[in-house]
Amino acid sequence: MRPILMKGHERPLTFLKYNREGDLLFSCAKDHTPTVWFADDGERLGTYRGHNGAVWCCDVSRDSTRLVTGSADQSVKLWDVQTGTQLYTFNFNSPARSVDFSVGDKLVVITTDPFMGNPSTIQVKRIARDPADQTSDSVLTIKGPQGRINRAVWGPLNKTIISAGEDSIIRIWDAETGNLLKETDKESGHQKTISSLCMSADKSHFLTGSADKSAKLWDSRSLTLLKTYQMDRPVNAVAISPLLDHVVIGGGQEAVNVTMTDRRAGKFEAKFYHKILQDEIGGVKGHFGPINALAFNPDGRSFSSGGEDGYVRLHHFDPEYFSIRM
Amino acid sequence: MAAAAVLSMSEIENKAMNLGIDLSTIVFDNVVLPPGDDFGITSDDEDILHEEVAPEFETGYGNVIVVDNLPVVSPEKFAKLEGVIRKIYSQTGVIKEGGLWMPVNPDTNMTLGYCFIEFNTAQEAKEAKEKTDGYKLDKSHIFIVDMFDDIERYMNVPEEWTPAEIKPYEAGDHLQHWLTDEKARDQFVIRAGIVTEIFWNDARQLRPDPVYQYQYWIDNFVQWSPLGTYLATVHRQGAIVWGGKSTFNHIHRFPHNQVKHIDFSPGERFLVTYSSQEPSNPRDTHRVVLNIFDLRTGKLMRDFKGSVDDFTTGGSGGLSGISWPIFKWGGGNEDKYFARIGKNAIYVYETETFILVDKKSYKVDNVGDFSWSPTDSILALFVLELGGGNQPARVSLVQMPGKVELRQKNLFSVSDCKMYWQSNGEYLAVKVDRYTKTKKSTYTGFELFRIKERDIPIEVLELDNKNDKIIAFAWEPKGHRFAVIHGDGPRPDVSFYSMKTGGITARVSKLTTLKAKQANALYWSPAGRFIVLAGLKGFNGQLEFYNVDDLETMATGEHFMCTDIEWDPTGRYVATAVTLVHVMENGFHIWSFNGKLLYRIPKDHFFQFQWRPHPQSLLSSEKEEEISRNLRKYSKKYEAEDQDVSLALSEQNRKKRRVLQEEWETWTARWKQYHEEERELRLQLRDGEPSDDEGSQEQYEAKEVEAEEVLDVHEEIVD
Repeated sequence: MRPILMKGHERPLTFLKYNREGDLLFSCAKDHTPTVWFADDGERLGTYRGHNGAVWCCDVSRDSTRLVTGSADQSVKLWDVQTGTQLYTFNFNSPARSVDFSVGDKLVVITTDPFMGNPSTIQVKRIARDPADQTSDSVLTIKGPQGRINRAVWGPLNKTIISAGEDSIIRIWDAETGNLLKETDKESGHQKTISSLCMSADKSHFLTGSADKSAKLWDSRSLTLLKTYQMDRPVNAVAISPLLDHVVIGGGQEAVNVTMTDRRAGKFEAKFYHKILQDEIGGVKGHFGPINALAFNPDGRSFSSGGEDGYVRLHHFDPEYFSIRM
Repeated sequence: MAAAAVLSMSEIENKAMNLGIDLSTIVFDNVVLPPGDDFGITSDDEDILHEEVAPEFETGYGNVIVVDNLPVVSPEKFAKLEGVIRKIYSQTGVIKEGGLWMPVNPDTNMTLGYCFIEFNTAQEAKEAKEKTDGYKLDKSHIFIVDMFDDIERYMNVPEEWTPAEIKPYEAGDHLQHWLTDEKARDQFVIRAGIVTEIFWNDARQLRPDPVYQYQYWIDNFVQWSPLGTYLATVHRQGAIVWGGKSTFNHIHRFPHNQVKHIDFSPGERFLVTYSSQEPSNPRDTHRVVLNIFDLRTGKLMRDFKGSVDDFTTGGSGGLSGISWPIFKWGGGNEDKYFARIGKNAIYVYETETFILVDKKSYKVDNVGDFSWSPTDSILALFVLELGGGNQPARVSLVQMPGKVELRQKNLFSVSDCKMYWQSNGEYLAVKVDRYTKTKKSTYTGFELFRIKERDIPIEVLELDNKNDKIIAFAWEPKGHRFAVIHGDGPRPDVSFYSMKTGGITARVSKLTTLKAKQANALYWSPAGRFIVLAGLKGFNGQLEFYNVDDLETMATGEHFMCTDIEWDPTGRYVATAVTLVHVMENGFHIWSFNGKLLYRIPKDHFFQFQWRPHPQSLLSSEKEEEISRNLRKYSKKYEAEDQDVSLALSEQNRKKRRVLQEEWETWTARWKQYHEEERELRLQLRDGEPSDDEGSQEQYEAKEVEAEEVLDVHEEIVD
């Protein structure tokens, strides 16, 4: 089907997130306003105004009432999804890079960038049921990894936190104590900055994408390397299909070089791979800048991509997609 | 290099892991081996170390000479003789004080007929030796002068002559073993990043099959020899030539510091290496060193040294003013001659003696360019116009040896000439750019020489549209056709011509013109008949596979950003590559001759792709013709093989997929189990919210709700 081109952001996209029902799509961009769209027809529902810097990441609660966003303005904000009002602001002394709700939505894990001498951190905040009771205290703060931590997410049953970033190492932390439980070795791990991390629906495995031109699939309990998908371009965004054994991987030539070459040379396609066989299935073209964000609708029947070009492209799969035989 | 082959990095890492050593914490430069123990690891440059001659020590007697065959004199005449000697040797240098010693026989008080002279410097001593060795004092006394240091060497020469030991014959490595491949595959070498690899092109399996791999192998580039026997790798210290039956052993080292270019003679007898050194004074020109080695013995046959200007014509002599190869080889595969161009002369050397033919250069005033026939000892010369057009430019064919002019053609108002030989030396095409009457622009025509015919007839060919620019020209290998890309606009035309039309007195004529093509380069199949019309650079890698026999396009394709195209030596496959010229898309594609994309290999930092050439076929042309006539008979066997391979391949593929699938299922089974076990806990985390299963499985009931809203009520009375 023809993709729906969603023009609403003025700057490169950074992150996309569907709610659990798959009827809403939240988008973050380097302009300061996260936006919510109807995931069906791409109609813009509203924006969340209040941030004063690029918004790097967001997450929505299971019941689609709360939105949490992390921004370069050194704050993480909690929003009422329906009204768009700010409920609470967590302030940090460096930009917030990633946010993720725990199972049950009582906790949120936040990563902050290394900034002005402050090292990067992974912090856990408790989310109060009533916004009036909300405090800014951190339940847990982890420091250690060098460089930016691009993504930190909750492991199964909120027992662990999985982080990945510029040092190209994936780490599993104990979510209670903050102890390092496991980390990837040089052999199997990525060679360059890990740009993205995506959990499977049941949190049993996750996919990472890296500037080393590969995406890797890991077991989230044992951190065993399951699959490697070799690409011919740096990877910026990854997503796992909840329906079929597919993964979608996006990226492209670094933004710095984009203007210097042909659109085709930049490799701005979203590539589909068979999750198990690691074979390429096909590609979806359209963006004229690298793909920065990818997300599957929880029903697996549509996906959306956000690019450096400032557009979100919403793709509903054709019936033929579901009958692809490998 | 040998060590790299023996121990791969992964083995080292495994070993380190077993020993519990963290390799990342070790600074290898600080590791010191116990003296005299190398742990069985030979160093990369071990053999270089041993090859080097033991360093010479200064004995301190370098400035002393021995003069023998002096007259034997009594003490009375001692002083006189001493005076004479002193006089002779004071002319060549300063004798040290007390540096002249003439020993005397203590029994007879007669001199012994020799003396020692110590000079101030070793250089003076050397000069004295050179000047006075053989000096006639009188009839019976002819000086024999030697360096003192040499005496010892002479003393060690055994009295009796012993015949040189003749080593038993050792069978050499089968250097052409790759040609006997059962599957008749061809090899190619690629260089990407720090790795140089040699592969079989296994087109049936649709993948390359590795033969050999080296890391950290090359500093500059690699190059096959023209018949494919050797692979040369070019390093800072020189070139190394490799070859062998199953692996690549190093055969010879050709030391040449800072070597920039190498060139094999077409018959693989010689190797030319080139280096140029930047001058310390910016006003000086670059210094150039050329070495010619015998490829089989590794011996240096001749070297040439000089400034860049000596090796260039027209005084361009800039930073990179040379056009490689400087020496062009002539005389077909026998490597009889090599020649270079100089100012107003061609220097032709013969390989028997490595001196100039007839001991002098071949004077040709104002010569601009030359080339050898690929098969015969015929030179084609292009001489530029002289005296503002009073003396016309000309192209002449000269037979070697003897310098007999076979044919000459004068050309008027010429701006430039380019010569193209057909690969069998049957035809020579000269592309001539002439000025128009106004001298403001040029137009192009061709002079076609039929070398093998009586008197070498010349035909003039002009394009239909004289103003067309010639973008590319190429002869069909071993054939009688050629292709030209010409045109002025953004989409040029491609024309094919044949030299063999028009009955007995053959004439050149056009076969066809393809209009408006996205092409700027021509690549004939080495077997002829097929050609790839390629649009490189601005055309982004458009490819058209064209059959010149049937004058039809077989297929079109695209290798985006493609920079290099090369046919395999048999004309069965075409390789297209994107090298490091571009940042993205690096790697290569392999196509069949008819334009079917067989496989693609992406490689970052891709430098080079080169097919391994073949020596000439041993079959006579009659035999080849017979085979192509009965191709059907021969092809049956191969078709059956093809089928077997493809069956095996799909079976293999199925198996691999099944394994992958099964592996995956064990994982998912484990995850499901975990998921079940954790259900309760998850429920708790969610404050007992029952719906555990994620979105997709939940059943929703879509309800259509109709809402009516009264916007306005307005009553109107209708009559």
